[in-house]
Amino acid sequence: KQLEKLKFTSCWNCPFHLKWCSSSIQSPRAPELNCLMAEERRQKQCSVVLPSESMKAMAESMGVGQLQEDSCVALSEEVSYRIKEIAQDALKFMHHGKRRKLTTSDIDYPLKLKNVEPLYGFQSQDFIPFRFASGGGRELHFYEEKEVDLSDIISTPLPRVPLDVSLKAHWLSIDGVQPSIPENPPPATKEQQKAESTEPLKAVKPGQEEDGSIQGKGQSGTSAEVKGKEKLRMKPRSTHELSVEQQLYYKEITEACVGSCEAKRAEALQSIATDPGLYQMLPRFSTFISEGVRVNVVQNNLALLIYLMRMMKALMDNPTLYLEKYLHELLPAVVTCIVSKQLCLRPDVDNHWALRDFAARLMAQSCKTFSTTTNNIQSRITKTFTKSWLDDRTQWTTRYGCIAGLSELGPDVIKTLIIPRLTVEGVRIKAVMEGLVVSNIDKIGADHVQSLLLKHCASVIAKIRPAPDVVDQYRTDYGYLGPMLCSHVVKARTQAALQAQTVNRTTLTITQVPTTLTITQVPSGGSRTPSIIKVPSSLTLMSTRPATPTQPSPPATKYIVMATSAGAASTQQVTRQTLTSFLNRNTAPAGTYTVTTIPHRPPGLAKHATVTASPPPAPSPVPSSSLVLQSHSPAPSSSPLFSTVLQSPLQYRLTVPSSVPSSSPLTSSSFSPVLQPPLKSCPPVPSSILVLRPLFSPLSSLAIQPCLPAPSSRAVLQPCLPVCPAALSSSPVFHSRPPPPLQSCPPVPSSSPFLQPCLPVLSSSLVLQSCPPAPSSVPYLSPRPSVPVLQSPSSSSRPPVASLM
Amino acid sequence: MAAVQDGGSELEGEKEPKPELMNDGSTAPAAAPSSRPEDQQTLLAVLQFLKRNKLIESVDALRREAGLADEPEEAPGSEAAGGAGGAAAGSGELGDAGALLSRVSGGSQSAAAPAPAKGGDDQPDVSVVLSAYSQQGDPSLYQVYYSGLKKFIESVLDCHRAELSQLFYPLFVHMYLELVYNNHESEAKSFFEKFNGDQECYYQDDLRVLSGLTKKEHMKGNETLLDFRTSRFVLRISRDSYQLLKRHLQERQNNQIWNIIQEHLYIDIFDGMPRSKSQIDSMSGSLAGEAKREDNKTKVYYGLLKEPEIEVPLDDEDEEAENEEGKPKKKKPKKDSMGSKSKKQDPNAPQQNRIPLPELKDSDKLDKIMYMKEATKRIRLGPESLPSICFYTFLNAYQGLTAVDFTDDSSLLAGGFADSTVRVWSVTPKKLRKVKSAADLGMIDKESDDVLERIMDEKTASECKILYGHSGPVYGVSFSPDRNYLLSSSEDGTIRLWSLQTFTCLVAYKGHNYPVWDTQFSPYGYYFVSGGHDRVARLWATDHYQPLRMFAGHLADITCTRFHPNSNYVATGSADRTIRLWDVLNGHCVRVLTGHKGPIHSLAFSPNGKYLASGSTDGRVLLWDIGHGLMIGELKGHTDTIYALRFSRDGEILASGSMDNTVRLWDAIRAFDDVETDDFTAATGHVHLPDNSQELLLGTYLSKSTPVIHLHFTRRNLLLSAGAYNSQ
Repeated sequence: KQLEKLKFTSCWNCPFHLKWCSSSIQSPRAPELNCLMAEERRQKQCSVVLPSESMKAMAESMGVGQLQEDSCVALSEEVSYRIKEIAQDALKFMHHGKRRKLTTSDIDYPLKLKNVEPLYGFQSQDFIPFRFASGGGRELHFYEEKEVDLSDIISTPLPRVPLDVSLKAHWLSIDGVQPSIPENPPPATKEQQKAESTEPLKAVKPGQEEDGSIQGKGQSGTSAEVKGKEKLRMKPRSTHELSVEQQLYYKEITEACVGSCEAKRAEALQSIATDPGLYQMLPRFSTFISEGVRVNVVQNNLALLIYLMRMMKALMDNPTLYLEKYLHELLPAVVTCIVSKQLCLRPDVDNHWALRDFAARLMAQSCKTFSTTTNNIQSRITKTFTKSWLDDRTQWTTRYGCIAGLSELGPDVIKTLIIPRLTVEGVRIKAVMEGLVVSNIDKIGADHVQSLLLKHCASVIAKIRPAPDVVDQYRTDYGYLGPMLCSHVVKARTQAALQAQTVNRTTLTITQVPTTLTITQVPSGGSRTPSIIKVPSSLTLMSTRPATPTQPSPPATKYIVMATSAGAASTQQVTRQTLTSFLNRNTAPAGTYTVTTIPHRPPGLAKHATVTASPPPAPSPVPSSSLVLQSHSPAPSSSPLFSTVLQSPLQYRLTVPSSVPSSSPLTSSSFSPVLQPPLKSCPPVPSSILVLRPLFSPLSSLAIQPCLPAPSSRAVLQPCLPVCPAALSSSPVFHSRPPPPLQSCPPVPSSSPFLQPCLPVLSSSLVLQSCPPAPSSVPYLSPRPSVPVLQSPSSSSRPPVASLM
Repeated sequence: MAAVQDGGSELEGEKEPKPELMNDGSTAPAAAPSSRPEDQQTLLAVLQFLKRNKLIESVDALRREAGLADEPEEAPGSEAAGGAGGAAAGSGELGDAGALLSRVSGGSQSAAAPAPAKGGDDQPDVSVVLSAYSQQGDPSLYQVYYSGLKKFIESVLDCHRAELSQLFYPLFVHMYLELVYNNHESEAKSFFEKFNGDQECYYQDDLRVLSGLTKKEHMKGNETLLDFRTSRFVLRISRDSYQLLKRHLQERQNNQIWNIIQEHLYIDIFDGMPRSKSQIDSMSGSLAGEAKREDNKTKVYYGLLKEPEIEVPLDDEDEEAENEEGKPKKKKPKKDSMGSKSKKQDPNAPQQNRIPLPELKDSDKLDKIMYMKEATKRIRLGPESLPSICFYTFLNAYQGLTAVDFTDDSSLLAGGFADSTVRVWSVTPKKLRKVKSAADLGMIDKESDDVLERIMDEKTASECKILYGHSGPVYGVSFSPDRNYLLSSSEDGTIRLWSLQTFTCLVAYKGHNYPVWDTQFSPYGYYFVSGGHDRVARLWATDHYQPLRMFAGHLADITCTRFHPNSNYVATGSADRTIRLWDVLNGHCVRVLTGHKGPIHSLAFSPNGKYLASGSTDGRVLLWDIGHGLMIGELKGHTDTIYALRFSRDGEILASGSMDNTVRLWDAIRAFDDVETDDFTAATGHVHLPDNSQELLLGTYLSKSTPVIHLHFTRRNLLLSAGAYNSQ
């Protein structure tokens, strides 16, 4: 009987097992299979068999109950052997298919060879990820099959028909030299870049080698001699010259990145994030960012700082770049954007908090990617943040930055560093909130810090603290912040529960977009519906769009309402009409356009109210309300219009998808700053100059001077020169840079240096601001050794940039 | 059937020491808990005895007593039936394998005809083959034997150690198989684990196969194993080392090992100095050891055939107009050289009519003239002047491009795809036109001068034509030299001949029942060769639907096939890591070239027919001297399978294309010059390989994630390469 049963099972089940099992190796890519085999080889080669439980499970699914243990073992051995056989044949088919990836058909053909019916229904070109689940001592491997709603398929438009095979020819080599055209790969891969920076003696770029030997052969007859020469060469020539195309590209990209056109910027950032051939420009980009941050921190130019941070993020997103070499330049810039005492001209109204959050996330990301045991980035960053946070004299802005920076580093950091400090911080916040004589700025700062703490700590506490959330306990544990924390924790718990209910919806990440928070907290941000818009008198309505739109399809139309004088509260008819008609045109189902007017404190402050109407996002059912905040630099100028025009108005738009949680906080659309384009009265400025307008455009350089509140611009610059904010000056980790002597500072007020800066590269003019001695102000395109150490004469004269690396 | 039954009874016989394994192979795992079946067996035997003696009553009584009452009649019957069924099933398997085996061995017989064919070829039955393992030693002692030998070999003089180390792998495999065959599963396992680390790394693939094989019943139908058994593993050992070994084994009375050596190994003893480790390593690696020296003794006519005399029309008016100066000058010496070359008969060349070749047609002559004209414009390549490379990238191929071929004049390109299609592109501005339909052809004025133009259908002209017909991935494509036909071989086991006039399939050649990995036209057309998973290479003629020759001898899939430039020989590369050269005339295997450590995926003959280059999955290119049957060079540099190899038209440069997305150029002249082929080397087959890959490498060109799967030198020495862009 035993025998019969066995026969039965082996007859009937074997092919089935085979199928089932081979279905389980359908998906893995060849490398994985290889690696599996390698692993197999490494350990016990002969004893890798399927567990007999699987046999039992399969037998049960076939309707054969109670398979004996012995037969299970026998079967599993047999099946494992057959599977290995098939896998080996499948590899053969893979090789002949000239692929590196095993596909499902590669399994089908060997089955066919063995006269087994191939598996139907396992056709997939792609990798099918296997899921693993365990629980109750049982382990389960499965692959997720989505439920397909046929009506969805019917209703969705057909996908594009895949393109047919086509043939394209290009030159891989011309007379032995590989031309650098887009069809050919970039000359150096990430590994090579790494090798070049870590082991400069060993690394030889492929292109260079070719060049070298070809040229060498031209000069000296025998190739052996050339080889000798090459061996003698101590260090490979590293070219830092950019080709004309690269120079153009660099110029275009940097201009677009900090320019006014958001579409262009998106394209430029996309290019930075994906283009494989950027490594030669990397030193320039890196310097562009770091110098840009220096300058704009001094200038409190929030918008530009935001752009630069986005650039930095794009660089980090690029998989082909080896950024490690430039961290010493990039990280200080990021840290500056997190903790700087002041990032914008009007800290009370501008949302520099968002920049801090963004930069903090960026920092967390770089910690994750770049931190190694040698450079210890994460611990150093943590120390820096902690140190300045612990300092009593630290300002609220820096405090916020430190906390944001720390909390982005993950729940562990929050648990160990932030939560223990909650009580102390609560006391401090309380002092501000309930204190009597406190400046508005402090209050805002404290408010932000408070909400930041609540936001980050709540989720962590919800995890580490057992369920009953009693307000009093929280008060005793966490002091002033306790009660609020308690409610947040409760909220977090319910959210977590909700999340658990809607399982597997990865799109529903519950992280709240931080900017949502900050918006609602904009002081006196009395949001009103468009119908009751009250805009101060003498409004001029202008289209912000330059005469020739640079964007073919504007994502959002923008109107600017400008007030020249404060006080008089008469509503311009035009505006309202425009607005309403505008609203009518946009048949947005929901979309509240809110204009936030900003309390004008200094007299003669120009005000901008920008209404941004973004067409309702088509697929999203959620009403998106966009709110535009705008601020202006306090310009105590006698001619306010003039100053507004010329002085790069700082503004940014915050499009808050209020109820759509952003799925990826870091890529976030929550953050799309727009630089104010020139007003009509302004002559059309080429965008390169536009970027620099605050400093360098001829017009602005004239105008700046009166606008600057300080008696002399030199004096203005002075406090800012140690670019790193004062908050950090106590911890000179990132900026060991001594404040350069004032004498060497280029005379800012005189317009002469600014009139000539239309250099090939825009950032060269930024260099001027950073006051290094001569060499570095040389336009970048001149062959200048790249940043790290050893070689260049200029590095000695350059201020030691940072001690981070 | 009888043989199988014998096999079965033999098995029964052997089973005496292990009574619990009472059934034959296929039902062996069914072995029930040990004590019961034993009793049962006795019982059954008694019952049978009683039955035979017609003692029915006793039978019944005994049955009742033994509790076998439930199936009184069936018990013995089913037993027998089961056994028979099992045997039948087994015989089915065995029959298959046996057929395959007999083919293989038949092939090797014919192949090894010049060599003394004593290698056990006369036993085509698997069970017999396997039963060679049945002789028993104490399983627990195998480890002792092996480690004893290991100790001995490690203690001998250095000069002998390398040679004797060759013994490890075959001994290891055979001992393991013996253990498995005799059902000492756990011993086999521990034996394997203990010693598999000692084996050379290039045997890993086979060891992996071996490791999966843990039961006797796995051994049936396992081809790798059959190969190992049917072909004796060849070792080349110097006489001194051999004596040393023999003495040692005799002293120790180590019969186990000695038996294996006697029965399963072929030791090719030579006089002279023992070889060094590197020498041995360079030659070993194949599935069945090195090639026997006798295998490569046959003379190979590697010279080129005499070119037919074709008068090059000296003055084409338009050409003359194109470049007036220098033209006559150029032409004169050219013609002289051509003439002198063709007049002198190469002593190594085969007779002109050794293989009947098709007559030259007018169009062929025209093509030859074109060829010569182009040849005059050919760039002389060398280390100083590298060729330009034009890369044809297949976009949107979605990983489906499996084969590519260019016509000799580089005007057409064919791609075989995994979706069973073959696509032909015109890479010149001239579009692909097909002949008009019969109805339309009837309306053509046949007397007109441009009738050949008129029959072409201008309306449907396009740059690309798709040929549908296969039902599996197309693994090989090849154009006929006259550009009228295209061959394609596919997973479906057929080779199809397509007309490039009508773009339809003309013939499907069926013979390979398994995937056909490669096919190629003879350089003179008419003949073509194919090879595939069934390990047999076949030579066909386009007008015969059955093969003219079958080249059997490879021990694993034939992965690539190439015609010698003189069309008298065919080279096949195989997954058994050997290359064989076959004589088209008589089907003999005239060269066995070992040294690759992975399946061979590309072959290329040098234009002068003297050398062969081969590339394999291990990323190495090996160079061979066909005349001497020797390895003369090794080009290291690629990091992945080499799918394409091609010599430049004058043979100065070897281009290799690989899965690692690179095209590499090698200095072929220097590679061949550096070799000193003195008599000693030729006689003994010992090779000293200069390690000069880096110096020979002239250039590396990386493509953008596009594996290079085909290379082709145009007649003017421009290198064309092709591959499919791989978006990941």
